[in-house]
Amino acid sequence: MPAREGTYGLLAEFDTPGDLVRAARQARQDGWRRLDCYTPYPVEEAAEAIGFHRNKVPLVTLIGGLMGGAAMFSLETWISVLAYPLNIAGRPTYSWPAFIVPAYEWTILWAGLSAAFCMLALNGLPALYHPLFNAPNFRDGATTDKFFLCLEALDPKFDLSESKAYLQSFQPVSVVEVEY
Amino acid sequence: MATSELKTKDPGIDPATGEFRVVGPGQTFRSITEKISSIVLTPRTPLGWFAYFAVAGAGATMLLVAVTWLFLVGVGIWAITMPVAWGFAIINFVWWIGIGHAGTLISAILLLFKQQWRNSISRFAEAMTIFAVMCAALFPLIHVGRPWLGYWLFPLPFTMTVWPQFRSPLMWDVFAVSTYATISVVFWYIGMIPDFGTFRDRAKSKAAQYFYGMLAVGWRGSVRHWMRYETASLLLAGLATPLVLSVHTVISFDFAVAVLPGWHTTIFPPYFVAGAIYSGFAMVLTLAIPLRKYYHLEQLVTERHIDNMGKLMLVTGFIVGYGYGMEAFMAWYSADHWEAFTFWNRAFGPMGWSYWLLLTFNLFIPLTTLWSRKLRTNIAFMFVLSIVVNTGMWFERFVIVVTSLTRDFLPSAWGTYRATKWDYMTFFGTVGFFLFMFLLFVRFLPMIPMNEIRVLLPQAKIKPKVTAEAGD
Repeated sequence: MPAREGTYGLLAEFDTPGDLVRAARQARQDGWRRLDCYTPYPVEEAAEAIGFHRNKVPLVTLIGGLMGGAAMFSLETWISVLAYPLNIAGRPTYSWPAFIVPAYEWTILWAGLSAAFCMLALNGLPALYHPLFNAPNFRDGATTDKFFLCLEALDPKFDLSESKAYLQSFQPVSVVEVEY
Repeated sequence: MATSELKTKDPGIDPATGEFRVVGPGQTFRSITEKISSIVLTPRTPLGWFAYFAVAGAGATMLLVAVTWLFLVGVGIWAITMPVAWGFAIINFVWWIGIGHAGTLISAILLLFKQQWRNSISRFAEAMTIFAVMCAALFPLIHVGRPWLGYWLFPLPFTMTVWPQFRSPLMWDVFAVSTYATISVVFWYIGMIPDFGTFRDRAKSKAAQYFYGMLAVGWRGSVRHWMRYETASLLLAGLATPLVLSVHTVISFDFAVAVLPGWHTTIFPPYFVAGAIYSGFAMVLTLAIPLRKYYHLEQLVTERHIDNMGKLMLVTGFIVGYGYGMEAFMAWYSADHWEAFTFWNRAFGPMGWSYWLLLTFNLFIPLTTLWSRKLRTNIAFMFVLSIVVNTGMWFERFVIVVTSLTRDFLPSAWGTYRATKWDYMTFFGTVGFFLFMFLLFVRFLPMIPMNEIRVLLPQAKIKPKVTAEAGD
């Protein structure tokens, strides 16, 4: 993330997931695009409210799994046929049914690793610093029992005082300005 | 109706909804977070923890001594010789891997079936899986005799240009177990990231903030992150499900592919998998029952969990019983002299006592008592039963490995088997090591997934009335 100065956004705190979803849905309807919700557990309705419906994790997992399976099967074939052919009870060197088991395991291994690391990478993690951690009420609530809506300064609609008043109209517990 | 009257009187049932309670009444997001994080973030470690830690540490030290002597002298210190070359090492390997399987069943298969009650017990069941796999993986490694050459198992380009032989089930085992260990650790860690975020935010000491902050990799609970996280968790669960079934199947191939009577049978894969899950649930109970008592987690690990695990043990116990029955049936139906003799030898031979012990511990005691709901929710009874089943399942592997090997085709090649003190030290040493790791886990990591418990609370339900007003 490039070093920036000034305001990252405005952070509204809510007590219930229902209030958050209501506010997020309204903000999205009013044309806000650079906004995000922060919740202590997955709230699917909030993701839908801000227009986040699909993600690329399944596709990457599929590709990773297919590559893992193909890699192991090719390796086994190369080793057994070309690099180190062994006569095991007269079986053909290309005894593919026996190669399925390790290839199957590697399909799962690489699909699983792809799912996990792709999820972290798409989320931009690890990222030990984030401006939101500067907000006084964020760290006490976002991972415990509070629900947050953040309107980011990058949105063209953003104006510090107007947006603050706009967020106040949802009757949040508090609205705070978050600095970089 | 009589059933509904019965239901409302039951303390485990929520009178408002008529559904079973997964979490005790009156909990809030904050109370749950505080309950679970206070176990880890407290500066005062309970004295009892140190007492258990000392005992488990002594066990782990015993393992260290046994393995050091093994490396200095060789596998001759064990009782393995011809004809029983597999002995304790393989019995313990299969037993430990099997125990791990219930953890994956709880964390992956029950997640896919949307069995939300599993949320409270999934984390420590996964931890149990990882530590059990560590203990299991140790045995084949030290059993090969030259463990410093263990890397020969992997297809690595050596200067001698020797490559592994992929038609052997023992080779398949390497890939099955290493994949299982890796995926279990990844699944476990990914599951803990949001809870590490909670710990980071609630920790008072600087050291704890740094430690959990690094582990949390900057988790901040963005719903975009949550959605990708949920997708990844579901995918990992979907991948772990066929994986867990394949691991014990591959292990059963180690036996079933051999021509030895008593091993060479097609019932082994399903019978091994069911046995694995059976013993695994027993181990989850052995760990969960003391944990919920000492850490006062009765509101989170409720009687319903104990009851449900009892039911699952009943089901898998019956599959195991079917396996035993099928072995006996095939001994007769195959009309194979050697098969019939092996079965007779198992039941009435010199080691027949172990067969009757396993039948008593795995079938007669659990499958007659687990029908009763009263007994399934009797905590003390379930604890004792879990140890009975764990012992029974160990003897099942003992019977399979030892009785088949001691007397195979030629009477002139028959032998016997009597474990040495080093065998026992290594086995009980791994039990100590397992508990040692588990106690560290309980002290330093979130043993109950806080984010998954929050979802179960009634407050987490978004009321449609409130959201409908938003449009106005």
